[in-house]
Amino acid sequence: MMAKSHITTVINGDPTEFLCETEQTLLDVLRDELHLTGSKEGCASGDCGACSVIVDGRLVCACLVLAVEAQDKTVETIEGMASGERLHPLQTKFLEHAALQCGVCTPGFLIAAKSLLERNPDPTESEVRYWLAGNLCRCTGYDKIVRAVLDAAADMRG
Amino acid sequence: MRYESPETTEAAVELLAGEGPRCRVLAGGTDLLVQLRAGMISPERIVDIKRIRETQEIRVDDGALVVGAAVSGAELGEHPQAKGIWPGVVEAAELIGSTQIQGRATLGGNLCNASPAADTVPALIAAGARCRIAGPHGMRTIPVEDVCTGPGQISLGAGEFVLAFEFPVRPPRSSDAYLRFIPRTEMDIAVVGVGINLTLDEGGHCVSARVAVGAVAPTAIVVEKAGATLVGTRCDEQTLEAMAAEVRAACRPIDDKRGTAEYRTAVAGVLAIRATRIAVERARNA
Ligand SMILES: Cc1cc2nc3c(=O)[nH]c(=O)nc-3n(C[C@H](O)[C@H](O)[C@H](O)COP(=O)(O)OP(=O)(O)OC[C@H]3O[C@@H](n4cnc5c(N)ncnc54)[C@H](O)[C@@H]3O)c2cc1C
Ligand code: FES
Ligand code: FES
Repeated sequence: MMAKSHITTVINGDPTEFLCETEQTLLDVLRDELHLTGSKEGCASGDCGACSVIVDGRLVCACLVLAVEAQDKTVETIEGMASGERLHPLQTKFLEHAALQCGVCTPGFLIAAKSLLERNPDPTESEVRYWLAGNLCRCTGYDKIVRAVLDAAADMRG
Repeated sequence: MRYESPETTEAAVELLAGEGPRCRVLAGGTDLLVQLRAGMISPERIVDIKRIRETQEIRVDDGALVVGAAVSGAELGEHPQAKGIWPGVVEAAELIGSTQIQGRATLGGNLCNASPAADTVPALIAAGARCRIAGPHGMRTIPVEDVCTGPGQISLGAGEFVLAFEFPVRPPRSSDAYLRFIPRTEMDIAVVGVGINLTLDEGGHCVSARVAVGAVAPTAIVVEKAGATLVGTRCDEQTLEAMAAEVRAACRPIDDKRGTAEYRTAVAGVLAIRATRIAVERARNA
């Protein structure tokens, strides 16, 4: 039996330690060990974006990161997006625009959109669509999602 | 399976050489993790090279760009100088996958995964880029086109890995371009990819040109004759047609679900013409 690796990391601002096997992805550990089940597994191959998280400021697919790679990194997941009961403006706008149906893709879209607006507070529609091209939704047809992101961006610019 | 993340080149070489063929380099993991998950590979040891400083650097030394093998597409795209000097190489890197994939995918991984359709490889070959390779016998430098030997096959020996890519110094009025054809607008594998790099003289005549094509043979190929056709001309329409004919003549594609051999060959010629027009336009302004 291989010894597990002991990983020290910061998740949503909280110093976090976990034990993992080399085979486990960051998504496996978030969901199965740390019970942060907001990040979803749609494909496990980098195609759907349902597992999107931010690692050291970069948007990535948690299904394509080994959990051992998280040593000394900071990880942001959907669980850190609202401040207590107060929703992030993107979350509010997703609700207002009915930008979700089954909701499986939603955490990934929200994290990806958050990372876009942190870099570009005033994106064009086409910039939003390109940035979110790696997030798949089988329900909404994307228009409501794109409108919600543009509206949230306008809101956040004040 | 064990995981190591050495901080020095020497330590990485030792770890890689120790385990032999059952050892794998990890860069961005966007190919490796998919292959691990699919059970296509089952290494004993994974050596993550991202903590080695040289793999993460982007530098411009006396006009010559050096890009670490593990720099992500996103970092390369954001670099203040890289895109200005090598727009074709950077646009090829930025075509890889989605925003999420861009955050991880590297030039070293794109090359060493050795897919015939890898987007950056024709652009790197056209650019005349060279790989700085670290190994048990020290460093060596080889042209990018000498790395891939067939689909999924590379020429690197036990304990070797790509540390960085070195680009030549650019003469004035030089530029490059990369175009690929995919059935969608994003997130797909190239049916054909064409990279072109050229230099013009003050009168607008082409003084040197290199053309490379991907996804039309087991590895990306340089088409020397296509580049030679452009030299001495102003890249007028007739010359472009002759250049495209050389590109088509060099294609040895397969039929697959993305396109027939005949279609791929025809598209390669069309893309070569369009990419050359873009490179000429950029070189005039460079
Ligand atoms: C959703 C999705 C979309 C994609 N779209 C594209 C696309 O549009 N175009 C395209 O070309 N590719 C695409 N890819 C494939 C992949 O993202 C690229 O090939 C990427 O550049 C691989 O880089 P990496 O750093 O992730 O490689 P890794 O997965 O880390 O490594 C790939 C291979 O190279 C070896 N390796 C890595 N670095 C080195 C090194 N420095 N020295 C020696 N060996 C090394 C590894 O051992 C492994 O065998 C896509 C992948 C996904 C999942
Ligand atoms: S689960 Fe990671 S991209 Fe689909
Ligand atoms: S809401 Fe169902 S997949 Fe997007």
